[in-house]
Amino acid sequence: MRIPCPLCGMRDLREFSVRGAALPEPEGAAWSAAWDDYLHNRDNPAGESREFWYHGQGCGAWLVVTRDTVTHEIADVVLAGAEAGA
Amino acid sequence: MRIDGKGRIDRTRRVSFSFDGHRHTGFSGDTLASALLADGVRVMGRSFKYHRPRGAMTAGSEEPNALVTLGLGAAQVPNCRATTTELHEGLVARSQNRWPSLGFDVLAVNDLMAPFFGAGFYYKTFMWPRAFWEKVYEPAIRRAAGLGALSGQPAEDRYERAYAHCDLLVIGGGPAGLMAALAAAEAGADVILAEEDVALGGRLLAETEEVDGQDGGDWAAEMAARLGAMPNVRIMTRTAVTGAYDGGTFGALERTAPDIEGRPHAPAGCFWRIAARRAVLAAGALERPVAFPNNDRPGVMMAGAVRAYLNRWGVAAGRSVLVFGNNDSAHRTVADLQEAGVHVAALVDARAHATCGHDVAFYPGAQVTGTAGRRGVEAVCIATARGEERIAADTVAVSGGWNPTVHLACHTGARPVWDDRLAAFLPPEGAVPGMRVAGAAAGHFSTRACLKSGLAEGRHAAKDLGLKAPATDLPPASDGSFDILPLWQVEGRGRAWLDFQNDVTVKDVELAARENFRSVEHMKRYTTQGMAPDQGKNSNVGALAVLAEATGRSIPATGTTTFRPPFVPVPIAAMGAGGKGKTFAPERFTTSHAGTIRRGAPMIEAGLWYRPSYFPRKGETHWRQSCDREVMMVREAVGVCDVSTLGKIDVQGPDAAQFLDFLYTNAMSKLAPGRVRYGLMLREDGHVMDDGTCARLAEDHFLVTTTTAAAGAVMRHADFAGQVLRPGWDARAVSVTEQWAQFAVAGPRARDVLADVLDDQGALDDLPFMGCGPVAVGGVAARLFRISFSGETGYEIAVPARFGASLFEALVTRAESLGGGAYGMEALNVLRIEKGFITHAEIHGRVTAFDVGMQGMMSRKKDFIGKPAASREGLMDEGREQLVGLKPVGAVKELLPGSHLFNEAAEPVAANDQGYITSACYSPTLGHVIGLGFLARGRARIGERVRAVDHLRGSATICEVCAPGWVDPEGGRMRG
Repeated sequence: MRIPCPLCGMRDLREFSVRGAALPEPEGAAWSAAWDDYLHNRDNPAGESREFWYHGQGCGAWLVVTRDTVTHEIADVVLAGAEAGA
Repeated sequence: MRIDGKGRIDRTRRVSFSFDGHRHTGFSGDTLASALLADGVRVMGRSFKYHRPRGAMTAGSEEPNALVTLGLGAAQVPNCRATTTELHEGLVARSQNRWPSLGFDVLAVNDLMAPFFGAGFYYKTFMWPRAFWEKVYEPAIRRAAGLGALSGQPAEDRYERAYAHCDLLVIGGGPAGLMAALAAAEAGADVILAEEDVALGGRLLAETEEVDGQDGGDWAAEMAARLGAMPNVRIMTRTAVTGAYDGGTFGALERTAPDIEGRPHAPAGCFWRIAARRAVLAAGALERPVAFPNNDRPGVMMAGAVRAYLNRWGVAAGRSVLVFGNNDSAHRTVADLQEAGVHVAALVDARAHATCGHDVAFYPGAQVTGTAGRRGVEAVCIATARGEERIAADTVAVSGGWNPTVHLACHTGARPVWDDRLAAFLPPEGAVPGMRVAGAAAGHFSTRACLKSGLAEGRHAAKDLGLKAPATDLPPASDGSFDILPLWQVEGRGRAWLDFQNDVTVKDVELAARENFRSVEHMKRYTTQGMAPDQGKNSNVGALAVLAEATGRSIPATGTTTFRPPFVPVPIAAMGAGGKGKTFAPERFTTSHAGTIRRGAPMIEAGLWYRPSYFPRKGETHWRQSCDREVMMVREAVGVCDVSTLGKIDVQGPDAAQFLDFLYTNAMSKLAPGRVRYGLMLREDGHVMDDGTCARLAEDHFLVTTTTAAAGAVMRHADFAGQVLRPGWDARAVSVTEQWAQFAVAGPRARDVLADVLDDQGALDDLPFMGCGPVAVGGVAARLFRISFSGETGYEIAVPARFGASLFEALVTRAESLGGGAYGMEALNVLRIEKGFITHAEIHGRVTAFDVGMQGMMSRKKDFIGKPAASREGLMDEGREQLVGLKPVGAVKELLPGSHLFNEAAEPVAANDQGYITSACYSPTLGHVIGLGFLARGRARIGERVRAVDHLRGSATICEVCAPGWVDPEGGRMRG
């Protein structure tokens, strides 16, 4: 698999590590059902999936990779920070 | 038997080699199989299960029978195909799976027992007694069934790994591949042409075909030269593309040419990872056998292989050949053999409507129903409309049709598509993004059609890449229709083989169907058909056609098994090339490494780092002596320790303080410039991630340290926090672990050591406990921190890494003059256990701040990572296992980390588990053993007695529970 890093260009999979589903952090500093869901419950989609990937052997950027878990086709890669509206 | 005037071998260069100890001679350009055939050797191996004598059936990498062991000793490589092994001077080859010899094999008795050895035999027979499974049955089965064996010694073969990038990867150098490469290259594309054979040309080397008015092989050589001269083309022969992966990535195994392999330090091969923007699969097609009774006898060969041995290597496969086929391509075998003067006994064509233009005994609408002979074919039985007939022949050239080599097009999970006209599976379209299929692999079986589709796909790829493809002429070549009558099996007496490599017959597949292993995937696993190196190259389509018949389904409804990489076997040594020894685990050395080694310190690994265990002195014969001395040295004088391996992260920016408040549980924003604070970091799930110190160097400049083990994980965590969780903040974090060399100087005389080293003593006098500031060492800007991991007066001094070695020498020399010296990891560990300080032995991923007694460090006033989850009731429950100290109070005085804790009176079983020991040591300061561990409700049980039991090492110790931290619990010494 190859991932087009927005900063470094097309790079081999082995430069990256995956964190998991790109979910937004719940609001609030108190424990809640939303936090429980965020930490413990994961969908396992056959199809489009948005995930956090870290370009640790490259620029150190966190990315949001939109890819198909069935075909492994990568539809979109953006900087996670840009996605968060920085 | 060699035929004069035929073949593409160099008859001026003789090559001698040995097979099973006998000396043979061949020619340069031969394969092991062609040279053995030329010398009259037909039996090249014994079969997997029945130990039947077997000869070469094919002339390529799909060979199921002629598997040999090459080389001797540690370098021996089993299961090499004689059909692709290049002959070279001094080659040593041995046959496999026979004892005592290939000619006489004791276990050939298995063949007589064949009625009992059908599919599932092992599962049904070797069931009881259970105790026999591993000690009796498995060794016996392993001896009886199998292929070649490894030497059991470390492999000497050296493999390399390499990476390549290209616009277009062309897989296969036959007529289609050559045209695809040419068309794309002329458009300016950067092309890699990979061919598993030693030369380009594919079937053109094996047939008597004309291309562009000349011999096909000559045309291919001309094309190779033309492509080779283009700067944008890389021709990789001896390179089998083994797998197609996501994102245009391909694996390929390149074999080293024998004349290079013999040189000192030459690699045996190279494993390539090729990233290609587009690919053309031009892998050709594989001829398939027909399952007729006794079709495994040496002398039964594929018709295409018979032509290849004749036309490429000038070898007649036999003296009298019977040709048997169900399609047009079988007929050309007759023409080629007769032209070379080899007797053709008969042409048997399963198609009743077939006609024949050759002067040969022709049997249309007939089938081969069996073979006879002792060591090989001597006679062939055929069934015609008029009845049975027996024909004398020593070779049967079989063609059951051609299977396009669809493997690589299916490696990402797609299934091939059945084509009724060709009676074959075709590659699915668009299954591998960027890959298209050309030539015989796409079902184009005439030379002209191959050239044409190669040209078209090469041009298509160029256009797809945005290149303008100039007109490339299509060289004239023969065209022809392909007519086939599907024929999978012939009824008759005796076993009919489908999978030669795994000894699977028609009966086995039918038995699988009867026993309800009707899915093709179940049938494969029950019978072992298509397993192992074969990967279904010969047997797949035939076996599933028989299964389809047995289960009353069509072939497409039955479907194929999954195609998986690698296409040809790849040695583990090749895939793991570059992953042995230091390239598997690189060594990270601190700047004090050379000085440490010079002082005789044994090194221990800490991740990739190497750190000193202890520094032995004269007269010390045991590590404990050195360790105890070093501990007392720090407590009573001064010690120096390299702590550069701790992760260092530089954090800067107007929002740096706010950022660190978010990262740590405690408030770093409250820290004054010039001050240091201990910090605790949680994961999002509320458990402790790491601890370390945070120094505020300036208002908007911090330096935080991490533990050695978690340096990478904390950097990643900090990047996530900064980039994803709080992207709007103006703060940046960067690792500076490698940039600074840092040394701990600890002990009552630490100040004296530093006073001698620092340019200005004033900085030292003014520095309070948990203070930090800039200092100078020999004019070099350095940083001084007053922190302690030992409980003594302690400093850490950091200089740019290039000055680390000299500072270490200066510090140690000065310390030695004051009755101190360097100390290692053992003493460091004892010092911190004596103080009750934690490391990753304690914060192992399952503990909370509450568990280690640091719940007070979780700020109520601010937000931090892990706060919501850490507030869960269960993570602050008084019943949780809490950090405690332990000391032995009974007769047994040992404490072992990993021991579990039990109430003194309770039986030491899992149900009564109360906790466990994480760290333990002998404390020279206290004069007895101490330990740290986690105990249920531990903080409320100080003074109680518990039993520590190590079931593995058989140790049990009565301990008293104490507060963690024995030496100077008030901390007066490190503050003083």
